[in-house]
This record gives sequence, C-alpha cells and structure tokens, in this order.
Amino acid sequence: MSDLDATTGLKRLGLHDLHLGLGGKMVPFAGYEMPVQYPAGVMKEHLHTRAAAGLFDVSHMGQVILRPKRGLEALCAGFEALMPVDVLGLAQGRQRYGLFTNETGGIEDDLMFANRGDHLFVVVNAACKAADVAHMRAHLGAVAEVEFIQDRALLALQGPGAEAALAALLPGVAAMRFMDVAVMDWDGAEVWLSRSGYTGEDGFELSIPEGRALDFAQALLVRPGVMPIGLGARDSLRLEAGLCLYGHDIDDGTSPVEAGLTWAIQKVRRTGGDRAGGFPGAERILHELAEGPERLRVGLRPEGRAPMREEVEVFAVDGTPLGRVTSGGFGPSVEAPVAMGYVPASYAHSGTAVMGEVRGKRLPVTVVPMPFHPTTYKR
Amino acid sequence: MKYTEEHEWLRIEGDLVVVGITEHAATQLGDVVFVELPAVETMVASGDEVVVIESVKAASDILAPIEGEIVAVNTKLIDNPGLVNEDPTGAAWFFKMKVDDLDVLDQFMDEDEYNDMIG
Repeated sequence: MSDLDATTGLKRLGLHDLHLGLGGKMVPFAGYEMPVQYPAGVMKEHLHTRAAAGLFDVSHMGQVILRPKRGLEALCAGFEALMPVDVLGLAQGRQRYGLFTNETGGIEDDLMFANRGDHLFVVVNAACKAADVAHMRAHLGAVAEVEFIQDRALLALQGPGAEAALAALLPGVAAMRFMDVAVMDWDGAEVWLSRSGYTGEDGFELSIPEGRALDFAQALLVRPGVMPIGLGARDSLRLEAGLCLYGHDIDDGTSPVEAGLTWAIQKVRRTGGDRAGGFPGAERILHELAEGPERLRVGLRPEGRAPMREEVEVFAVDGTPLGRVTSGGFGPSVEAPVAMGYVPASYAHSGTAVMGEVRGKRLPVTVVPMPFHPTTYKR
Repeated sequence: MKYTEEHEWLRIEGDLVVVGITEHAATQLGDVVFVELPAVETMVASGDEVVVIESVKAASDILAPIEGEIVAVNTKLIDNPGLVNEDPTGAAWFFKMKVDDLDVLDQFMDEDEYNDMIG
C-alpha cells in the first residue's frame, strides 16, 4: 500500500494497477495517488452509488488495532479520556463514531472505532493517521499496544445494491445492521467488516489482507450493479449526506458542538452523566452544550444554480459578514448546488435567508437542515 | 472551424463568429452543472472573461477569443448545462460575436493543428 513513486513522492495504493486498468484518473490526495474518477465521471458515479452499488478504495485511511495490556475495560477507559464519547458502553460487535479533541475543545480528527471483543479496531483519516497513531501511543501506552495496520486494504461498498452484491461473497452480511462489525472468511482471507460508510447510503467497509485485495475487489466488481467510484463522487455523496470532511468542515479550532456533532457526545459524558467530562477541552465543550455555541455548522442551499464552494463568504441580508462555506458544490441527487458552512448561532435556524458571494456577486442562500439527501442506513 | 489554445472552437455563421468549447475541453471539465453567460450587446476585448462554466469539479472561464460585440447567447445552457457535455461542438454553442473583420480568425489553428496540440 505504500510503494513510493520516485517522481511524484506520492504513495501508491496496493490496487493502483486495478485503478489504472479501470481507467481511473489519478490525483494526489493526502500523500497518495488516488482515483478521483473513472471514465463514467463524477455525476454518473454519484448517481450510480445511490441507485445500485459503488466500490471505493479507501486504503489510504489509517487502520489501527488497540490491544489491551490490562484488560479491555482499562483500554476503553483510557480511550474515553481522549474523546467526549462513550467508549465503555459500546457493546461487542458494534462500531461508533468518535472524535479526538484538544485542550481548547477543537477536533484533532474524527474516526470510527469498534469493539471486537478482545480489542478495539479504529479507522482514522488518511491525512491525520501518523499524528493519530503518535497521539494514541503517547496516551494509551500503559493500557494498550497500538498496532498500526499497514498490510490491509480498505474498501467501501455503498448503495442500495451493496448488501446483495456482498452477500454473494459473504452470505452472513445480510444479518448485519447499521454499525455492526464482524470478521468473516472469504476464500481463506480474513475480512474485517462494518455495516457503515460515508455516503449516506447503506453499505459496508471492508478491510482485507493486501495480498487478497485485488481478487476480492474483482470479485465484487463482477457482481451485477457494482461500479468503481472515485474520490470525486465520494465527496459529493458525503456532502449531500451532511457528513463532515476533516480539515474542511471540522478542524483543530472547531468544537464538536459548533460542528453539530452533539449526537456523538453521549449523555454519560455530559454534565450530570456518570462519566461527565474528563476529555480534552471538556470545559469548552460542556459549556457549549449547556449554553449553546457562538456559531454553528449549517446546511446552505443557494437559490440559483451557481455552486458555492469552500471559502465562499456568507453574509446576512443586511451585509453583515457571517462566515464561510467549508464544503460545497453541486449535489447530483439533489440536482442543485448544496453547501455547508459556519454562521453565528442567531442565523442558524432553518429558513434563515442569507447571501453567498460568488465572483463578486452576492446571491441568495437559505439555511436548511441536513442531510440534503435522505440517508438509507439499515438500522 | 478554427480553434484557440484555450480549447474554444470558432465557426463563421454569416457575418458572425459562433464560439463554443471543444469536445476535449468538455471531457476535461467533467459534468457541467452551471453556465453563466454575458449580456447581449456587450463589447468585449480579446482575453476578457465572458462565460463562467462550473463542472462538478471546479469553475473555469471562457475568454473572448477576439474583440467584438456579443450579439447572441445560448440561453438553453442556463437550464440545461449538461448540453455542454452532450454536444459541445453543436447545440452547446455559448455566444455569437460580431467582429469588424472576419480575417482575424486566420490567426487561429485549424483542426489538424489543434489535434496536434492536444496530442
């Protein structure tokens, strides 16, 4: 997965040649050469994922096993001290969304973690993975062995056809529900899977030993309805689903409360809960939970057809500067431009009319709830 | 048909010059989702940004290839920007210009020269 191309200085995915063979257009992303699209193009790939099934190579993301040194409970307690999230309460075989916070209440990374019985399995963002592993080693050294997995590919199969396509290879998947995790055997290879993803669709994320990843990907690609999907459509799909992209919609200065991620902070970690506080930035985060944050991430729907992309400035109708778009573009399923960004809390209620400045012109925008496109998780 | 280094095609229609983008450019842009056209009766200089095209990936401009007056724009593209991908050299023309002297087109590439340029 980490062959380095001498001319570009970029790492190559284990499935690099497969992407080239499929006509993938490779671009630099988070230090990797990644397929941004295949010949079908972003629009068709996006719509195909919502209609059938899309196969994504997300092997650039970081896979980490936390193996307890002094029991799983001590590890979970240690992991809880890094996040405003209930780790101890996560049942075996289940996955949960988490966030590493810093002392000022900002977000260092967002991640998925799963309780796999005798250890935790963590998936983190590509651009943050080295820092995340160092962070975990620094803080969890007494309670866990931090194993940075570098010999497994990570694929995502997303869309309404994902279950049927995957069940042809792994019959057990039909019984899984959203955020379940399992380990299954495929032709002698151990597949670690979760029923989750980052498109707003039902689907699966699949970790497989690198040596078997090509066979596995090809076995999926020949299933009816499965098409390879690039990063371009992955971005428009997650945007329509209202999901945050780290480094854009959330970063080390935005708090989970401002970002509208309060659903990820379980009651037990909030003021009055049994394990309230005790995570980095608790003072700010608990204060914002109680009093409300000064600004909030909101959905933005431009009234016209002009896309409003990252960095577009947002103004009140009276001209007061409010904030910026953090992600935006055209939503192929919405068939209109969609965006998200931060505005002061007093402008954050749905239906508020604001303006976005595109090429010097201020155009009407409405604050709307997210997701822009309904999610179809199998709960 | 003549071609510019900016991947526009120019076609003479009576005493007007019709401007669009090449199939190569449309493919490179990806799915076009938004087109902003100039006002008619606008005088433009060569190199002026006259059209904005946004694809799912990014925004780009079309520059006026020559000096002249915009006398017509293809309003079909406003409601159906995807036409740029479907028929870039036909139905998806962007604007028509009136120029002083059609000989100014001599400076641009013919089809063979353009194909050599894009390799």
